Amino acid sequence: MSSHGGSAGPSHKAVEAGVTLAIALFGIIVIIGSVKAGINWGAEGPRAGFFPFYVGLLIVAASAMNFRNTLREDDGGVFAEWGQLRQVMSVVVPTAIYVGALPFTGIYLASMIFIAWFMRWLGKYGWLTVTAVAIGMPVVTYLIFERWFMVPLPKGPVEEWLGL
Amino acid sequence: MEELANLFHGFAVALQPFNIMVMILGIVLGVIIGVLPGLGGANGVAILLPLTFSMPPTSAIIMLSCIYWGALFGGAITSILFNIPGEPWSVATTFDGYPMAQQGKAGEALTAAFTSSFVGALFAVIMITLVAPLVASFALQFGPAEKFAVYFLAFCSFVGLSKEPPFKTVAAMMIGFALAAVGLDSITGQLRLTFGVTELLNGFDFLIAVIGLFGIGEILLTMEEGLSFRGGNAKINLRVVLHTWKEMPAYWLTSLRSCLIGCWMGITPAGATPASFMSYGIAKRLSKRGKKFGHGEIEGVVAPETAAHAAGTAALLPMLSLGVPGSPTAAVLLGGLLIWGLQPGPMLFVEQKEFVWGLIASMYLGNLVGLLVVLTCVPIFAAILRIPFSIIAPLILVLCAIGAYSVHSSTFDVVLMLVFGVLGYLFKKCGYPLAPLVLAIVLGDKAEEAFRQSLLGSQGSLAVFFSNGLVGTIMVLGLIALFWSAIQEGYSRLRAATA
Repeated sequence: MSSHGGSAGPSHKAVEAGVTLAIALFGIIVIIGSVKAGINWGAEGPRAGFFPFYVGLLIVAASAMNFRNTLREDDGGVFAEWGQLRQVMSVVVPTAIYVGALPFTGIYLASMIFIAWFMRWLGKYGWLTVTAVAIGMPVVTYLIFERWFMVPLPKGPVEEWLGL
Repeated sequence: MEELANLFHGFAVALQPFNIMVMILGIVLGVIIGVLPGLGGANGVAILLPLTFSMPPTSAIIMLSCIYWGALFGGAITSILFNIPGEPWSVATTFDGYPMAQQGKAGEALTAAFTSSFVGALFAVIMITLVAPLVASFALQFGPAEKFAVYFLAFCSFVGLSKEPPFKTVAAMMIGFALAAVGLDSITGQLRLTFGVTELLNGFDFLIAVIGLFGIGEILLTMEEGLSFRGGNAKINLRVVLHTWKEMPAYWLTSLRSCLIGCWMGITPAGATPASFMSYGIAKRLSKRGKKFGHGEIEGVVAPETAAHAAGTAALLPMLSLGVPGSPTAAVLLGGLLIWGLQPGPMLFVEQKEFVWGLIASMYLGNLVGLLVVLTCVPIFAAILRIPFSIIAPLILVLCAIGAYSVHSSTFDVVLMLVFGVLGYLFKKCGYPLAPLVLAIVLGDKAEEAFRQSLLGSQGSLAVFFSNGLVGTIMVLGLIALFWSAIQEGYSRLRAATA
């Protein structure tokens, strides 16, 4: 990624071109998968890969057009400033950790830590507010989802220990 | 007059105490969803969908559709008071609504917005009541070729009518179709596109896609922009309401026009957002006070709100009668039908009378309840917006995770949700529309099935899609819609050349 002059951030053109290429690659994967499943006619009519094959072709074709248009129109603008991207990543990374931890810790413990981290780190709240919201929200969720609407949510060792 | 009897029966269903309770709950939740950034109609309904698994289908759809009405109402509150559209369809409302609030006329603006929303919805519901049964009984004669033609028309209209570049719309839509194809092929029972990954056996659930694309993606966008709320106070009292109501009949023509624009844009899958912009633009051009638009004209609030609500409501017409949703939120509702074990489409009107007419009756009641709720509780909802984003954001993220998990009780889905979230952020920034992607995931299997069945009948000849007048007409309409922007351009060039 190159930064243009004074504006600090990846150029919009580069990111958009990247997205377009990624979509084209996805289209190629779809085509390969469809060919594997069979794109011709079988005993029961068109085989499983028949429809997705053309879908994949259209993805690649549309991406080619999009790529051409992207290269043509360069307004020299940035996709987002580095500071803004840092803001975005400060949500994506902890959310990824949260999502990854879910199967092991259960949803309640992970949510408490996640909310507390978010409020303390990005919001700079006092511990009292942080604790109240971080514990309050999962408890309310438990009552609404598991008690009233009987939707089971993932639980970990702590819930087991509490016998919930 | 069988419809009238059915409708009255529907009212009896909707007026059961449990259903009324669910209705009010839905409206309140919906307004909150509409007010909060990052939670929109479509993913709000998607997150709360699992809560309805244990309900009877009629109560479930009443609750979810009321969340939708609530979200439509809620979008206006933030637009007028804070100049922040809570929903894309209320962007046009900020043009005149926010200046009105700055002039100390927030109460008038809100009353006008809510009342116009109600008028728009009422108009669309009456249209649904009259037209939907006819469309459904007509659609009962559809074979696979006609069914595919209807899907074709719906998706072509997306390409032709959306403001995004057509090839980006095509790319987004086809990604949706490809995702829908992953997993077990419903006709041959064969696995495809899974590449040996067992988690993909059941394919991608569109609910996960909706929660990720619209929910997480929106939060990421909001984080990037950095939100700060500045806004006027909301005070609505009876005097202001009555005073505004006295003024509003003067704008009957704008209202009627906006209702018609809204209904049209809602039935074709253009949706509420373009409807509100178009209605605002036309009102500005035709109104005597058009030059003052943008400086706090009440007519500039009436036009977009009426059209947005009419479009949002009318989007349910093709969903109910044809099984083709007119908006992402309607698509989520359609997904709900499938989960509750109902087959969307014309057969609903024959087999599930109580469900259909209960829903239609609840649209009348739900919008009335919604109007009363928002008029009386605006200050409370406005207060929600003053909760800082750094508290709201983690709560919404956790809610999204819970919603994504509870669809299939799968933690893999939560991972997928995050992936879709990052995709949604990138797509939105790069100008790829998300609505056709979601609609394609929902309708992909059905469209493919119709396509393959038609080809089976015709031994592989594409001529089957032009084999009779009906299917041919729908296909030609689809092609016109597909090339609509090119046709328009050609026409204007032709005129310029002859002039």
